[in-house]
Amino acid sequence: MTLLQVLPMVFVLIELSLYTLLGGADLGTGVWQLLAGRGPRAARIRTYVYEAIGPIWEANHVWLIAVLTIMWTCYPGAFGDIASTLVVPLFIAGIGIVLRGTTYAMHGATRGPEDHREITTLFGLSSVLTPFALGAAVGAIASGRVPVGDQPGGYLTWLNPTSVLVGVLAVLVGAFLAAVQLTASADRQADWEMSRAFRRRALVSGLLAGAVALAGPFVARHDAPDLYTGLLHGDGRAAVAVSALAGLVALGLVLRRRAALARYAAALAIAALVAGWALAQSPQLLPGLTVAHAAAPRSALIGTTVAVIAGFVVVAPCLGLLFWLVLHGRFERVVQSWPAAGTVHRASEATRRRRAGASALTFVLGAGAVVFGTTLWPQVVGVLLLLAALVGGFAAVGPGELADEDTLDGALTADIGAGRKLRMS
Amino acid sequence: MGGLGLTAVDQAYLDQARQMQALSFVVHIPLVCFGMAFPAMILFLEWRYLRTGDVVYRAVAQRWSRILVALFAVGVVTGTILSFEMGLLWPGFTATFGSVFGLGFAIEGFSFFLEAIFIGIYAYGWDRLSPRWHLASGVPIVITGVTGSFTVIAVNAWMQNPSGFSVQDGRVVDVNPVTALFANGFLAHEFVHMYLAAFMVAGFVLAGCYAVGRLRGRWTRYHRVALAVPVTAAAVAAPAQLVIGDWAARTVAADQPVKLASLEGLGATTAGAPEHLLGWYTDGQVRFGIAIPKLLSLLAYHNPDATVRGLDSFPGTDLPPVNVVRIAFQSMVGIGSALALLAVVFLFLRSRTGRLPRSDWFYQALAVAGPASVVALIAGWVTTEVGRQPWVVYGVMRTDEAVTGAREIPVGYGVLALTYLGVALAVVWLLRRLAGRPLPDLLPRPTTDATTGMGVR
Repeated sequence: MTLLQVLPMVFVLIELSLYTLLGGADLGTGVWQLLAGRGPRAARIRTYVYEAIGPIWEANHVWLIAVLTIMWTCYPGAFGDIASTLVVPLFIAGIGIVLRGTTYAMHGATRGPEDHREITTLFGLSSVLTPFALGAAVGAIASGRVPVGDQPGGYLTWLNPTSVLVGVLAVLVGAFLAAVQLTASADRQADWEMSRAFRRRALVSGLLAGAVALAGPFVARHDAPDLYTGLLHGDGRAAVAVSALAGLVALGLVLRRRAALARYAAALAIAALVAGWALAQSPQLLPGLTVAHAAAPRSALIGTTVAVIAGFVVVAPCLGLLFWLVLHGRFERVVQSWPAAGTVHRASEATRRRRAGASALTFVLGAGAVVFGTTLWPQVVGVLLLLAALVGGFAAVGPGELADEDTLDGALTADIGAGRKLRMS
Repeated sequence: MGGLGLTAVDQAYLDQARQMQALSFVVHIPLVCFGMAFPAMILFLEWRYLRTGDVVYRAVAQRWSRILVALFAVGVVTGTILSFEMGLLWPGFTATFGSVFGLGFAIEGFSFFLEAIFIGIYAYGWDRLSPRWHLASGVPIVITGVTGSFTVIAVNAWMQNPSGFSVQDGRVVDVNPVTALFANGFLAHEFVHMYLAAFMVAGFVLAGCYAVGRLRGRWTRYHRVALAVPVTAAAVAAPAQLVIGDWAARTVAADQPVKLASLEGLGATTAGAPEHLLGWYTDGQVRFGIAIPKLLSLLAYHNPDATVRGLDSFPGTDLPPVNVVRIAFQSMVGIGSALALLAVVFLFLRSRTGRLPRSDWFYQALAVAGPASVVALIAGWVTTEVGRQPWVVYGVMRTDEAVTGAREIPVGYGVLALTYLGVALAVVWLLRRLAGRPLPDLLPRPTTDATTGMGVR
């Protein structure tokens, strides 16, 4: 087993942890929307949650997409086997993601979560369905239910005890993370009513998640003995201990009204749990298939590793910027700043004609090179000329000034076209 | 390049799996067009606003950025479904070739991530960031929209014209993903073709909406700006698309002769082959079509007497469904040419009269051009994807070797179709709601100075 063969799996596990943490917190907000109840206080809670999701929104699904793409690039055979056996839960998760994203988009056109409550309800239901199905898929892999080879799994393979446990845990952890995040956000805005409300929710969901996690060993002992041994007696033991401790610390911090700090403890708990699972079944990826055997040829591993590292170098500062803007409340305060109207030199009609003529000529030259060029370079030059002609043509048309023209003619009130009176709206 | 020696998967629902994949693309691709072209138009408007201080530009840009967010959010989830389906429907494809093409999707994932981050910053940053920084936060959206689609199209180009690996004892070895994806003879024309298509679709659809508004009497300066920008973008792209399309067809003629023969319904190998317009392919020839002598040879090889390979020169098991491909191709070319004609009319009127067209028929044509451009887009994808059948990786792996063995396909297909019907209704609903919002009162009538044309707020 070489480093190159393992490194992409480490990326996958990191991204799975990030998805559980960030995507889980997103999904968890849907749980609280669903459980808000009735009445004015519930309306206040739903509105607060809706506004708090804000700019971070659906973007966190990219962690999941990254997990899928690295899996199929670097461990293509194992990915194919997982996809064949777990087609049902993965498909359900996909539908859940579609419904959630669509209802999110629909909310952009409403006056908030109280306007069209059925959208909010669907949003909440899909927010529960998605993590449950994904958690169940993870549970099926962890309990060794995905065999090597293209083996259809049928409708019920994924509803085994371990899968159900992991699915429920995923929903509860998401709800806990969302509640902690919403408490921290309310603290920042000095919204003590919401802070109290979500601190209570964080404690309840945190305790429930802890209880389900504690039930884990008992279920695994009967349902997935290998996983049980790996987690509690093998290499995973230390990680599981760290996870349990960090979870307790997170709960304690919420209790002590330190929600902002509790987020970091919760992140550690999740990362340690994912690491524990990985160590428990290492070096096996699927039963009888090691990570090294599942790995793709060397060049694909190198390409992906380079792409992931390079991508991370670009993405990390940008994501940092977004989080910085959100966490510093920059999206909450308005900086009204009109630019001073600059002097605009309007292109004269002669200039415009010259531009149009030059663009048309460039277009003809480019088209000629593309159509009659027989080798690569004339065609490349031709395409570049065509693109230049498009930009030049756009500038020559000048759509901004074009829209002025009717005003100059005073045509707003005049009859045009078929002679209809135009309504000023 | 030798075959993989694979056997077809026992899958009774292969057609349903293909239709399911096609449905997912049909929903996703129009949204992609908006992701590629819409940000550039919005940024152009905001830039004009910063240059002139004219709040009409800002109002259009701001309202469009809300539509962009909504369409992007839907595009995110339909794109996620596609990445699920790659594995769920075609595990043989990802399992065998994931190492070759996966890099493209990895880069796409990062592009898409950056796009999502900056759309969040841009959409929520109106009046929260300084005007310059706000404009700057939009630039990465334009760039990542291009890089993301570029890598996805690189994967498609590789499926059409596979290279960068070799096959040994039925296994894929000597994988070089970089040359496979980016040194591919199909990448350049496919990408430019799609990029122009994005501007045509986004441009004509948006302009079509405001054209309907004009026909109903909504024609303030706000509406004219919102119509002029997309119609101009589409009008400069449409004529160029004919040239790029010709280039694409000649590359297909050289490297995928069976696809060319299907596009044209050319049964027998012919010297000086004619081009048939309309008609129906049956028994090795096009019936009820209008034949233009020697045109196909001229277009494909720049020689009126060139020999074009016919369908009968290929094994019967290697042929795509000819009429599907041919009708899709003819629809794309027909609609594309009509749109180019409309574009030329617009550009001509603009240069002769110096203003937007006045007659209703132009706006009626624009209203039709919107949906027509979407039809042409989908027809174009049908042409290239169905035209590749029965292969998923041209000449190397057949679609029936890639498909899943899962029995649940019809159920999944039904659920997905219902879900996407719901998504389509939801998109229509939310766009209507967004469009129905009253225009902001802050829009003063621009006191336009006739000599400078300068809008003063």
